[in-house]
Amino acid sequence: MTPLLQVRDIEKRYGARIGCTDVSFDLYPGEVMGIVGESGSGKSTLLNCLAGHLAPDAGRVIFDTRHMGPVDTVTMSEPERRMLSRTDWAFVHQHARDGLRMSVSAGGNIGERLMAVGDRHYGRIRAAALDWLGRVEIDGARIDDRPSAFSGGMQQRLQIARNLVTGPRLVFMDEPTGGLDVSVQARLLDLLRGLVRRMGLSAIIVTHDLAVVRLLADRLMVMKDGRVVESGLTDQVLDDPQHGYTQLLVSSVLQV
Amino acid sequence: MTEQAYNFAYLDEQTKRMIRRAILKALAVPGYQVPFASREMPMPYGWGTGGVQVSAATLTPEDRLKVIDQGADDTTNAVSIRKFFERTAGVATTEATQEATVIQTRHRIPEAELTEDQILVYQVPIPEPLRFLEPRETETRKMHSLQEYGLMHVKLYEDISQHGAISTAYAYPVRVAGRYVMDPSPIPKFDNPKMEMAAIQLFGAGREQRIYAVPPHTRVVSLDFEDYPFEATRADHVCDLCGAADSYLDEVIMDDAGGRMFVCSDTDYCHTRREAVA
Repeated sequence: MTPLLQVRDIEKRYGARIGCTDVSFDLYPGEVMGIVGESGSGKSTLLNCLAGHLAPDAGRVIFDTRHMGPVDTVTMSEPERRMLSRTDWAFVHQHARDGLRMSVSAGGNIGERLMAVGDRHYGRIRAAALDWLGRVEIDGARIDDRPSAFSGGMQQRLQIARNLVTGPRLVFMDEPTGGLDVSVQARLLDLLRGLVRRMGLSAIIVTHDLAVVRLLADRLMVMKDGRVVESGLTDQVLDDPQHGYTQLLVSSVLQV
Repeated sequence: MTEQAYNFAYLDEQTKRMIRRAILKALAVPGYQVPFASREMPMPYGWGTGGVQVSAATLTPEDRLKVIDQGADDTTNAVSIRKFFERTAGVATTEATQEATVIQTRHRIPEAELTEDQILVYQVPIPEPLRFLEPRETETRKMHSLQEYGLMHVKLYEDISQHGAISTAYAYPVRVAGRYVMDPSPIPKFDNPKMEMAAIQLFGAGREQRIYAVPPHTRVVSLDFEDYPFEATRADHVCDLCGAADSYLDEVIMDDAGGRMFVCSDTDYCHTRREAVA
């Protein structure tokens, strides 16, 4: 089977400092990869390099496109990359405000990607928006409300709907549950897990919350100081951590 | 200072050359906003500094100029710009649409059909159609260059979801020659279909320092949805002065008791029709 995403020796430097370096992995269709590490360990830098928001200084990110097969997204032209990020990719920001248009209604937010790929039928766009509001458990009656009138958890779910409406194959998530209280987190995780399984999505989830990766991720990479220090199956890494830093990370989780 | 102290049409020749270059580029790339070094003009921004500079660069001593503001020849803006060019260029002026060779307009296209020996100069407040959807200039430029115009339809979607129809009534976005999405300046959408015309259309935005253009007989399509097609709307009345049923109407409040009348916004059109009857 061809990996959906092949990452080879990605490096990003900020001047003399290392953002992330020497990162390589394969992601197969339907697989969820977790990236954990403390703040400043380079996980968000890595994610932004993979999603094309930052240009890496070295390395390749090879994505298995629908029409052209595996292509290096670092060297592909910008229009192609932007097209990918509207169709086959999705990016869920930590703060819903970064991923939503706050002055546009919920329906308009969900419809934007459809209109961006050329849908020009209002009725169809609206029906898709209603369908997706339902899938992320937002009342359809709120379709014309602006996201600023939504709670934090609803905004995050709206952001997910807005991203998944074009049926992407790869979802990048940057701390998707950050800043939400635990019961809202639990519902969001439940929803995400359902969507990922049902749609057969591949995902890369960056988080510092080990519970999130325990629930969602098949495999895990642990980062420290811009490097991957340990990787493997999620349960294996969390239950039997080998690297000193991973052991510290696992033992730092507060038990209730 | 006497009028002779000015160069022909106020601007110096080098400036006019610079503006003409921008105009030629704009005509070569229909709908593309060409940056130009907008000059300080003896009028406030928002009063047509862009249109005046384009007119100044376009005028020749043989030209006959018409200036309209919301269709009317006799409102402040139109009168003062016409006077400005009478004094600084000494060109002939007219109120008759057919007799003019250069027409500077604010917010209207004349009702009479324009011909290929005429130039229509628009005053533009905000040239960027995506501005209120995407505030970053770097991003809107990229969207134009990559033809990422989905966002424009988000605005129309919002209209329909809130009002049941596309409620944008002026500055209705158009796509020019199948390529650039363009703000036609705040003309009523009633005028949008007229933009496929024989005359040259030039757009000048002084404060925003942009010039763009639509060459003669260029395809200009108003954006819409398949199930909510574009409609050129006008008030459902006839002109109370000339009886025209095909012109764009202004609603004029007559008294405190709710009295009102509808009159053609194009004063020359209305006048000509009344003359013909008399």
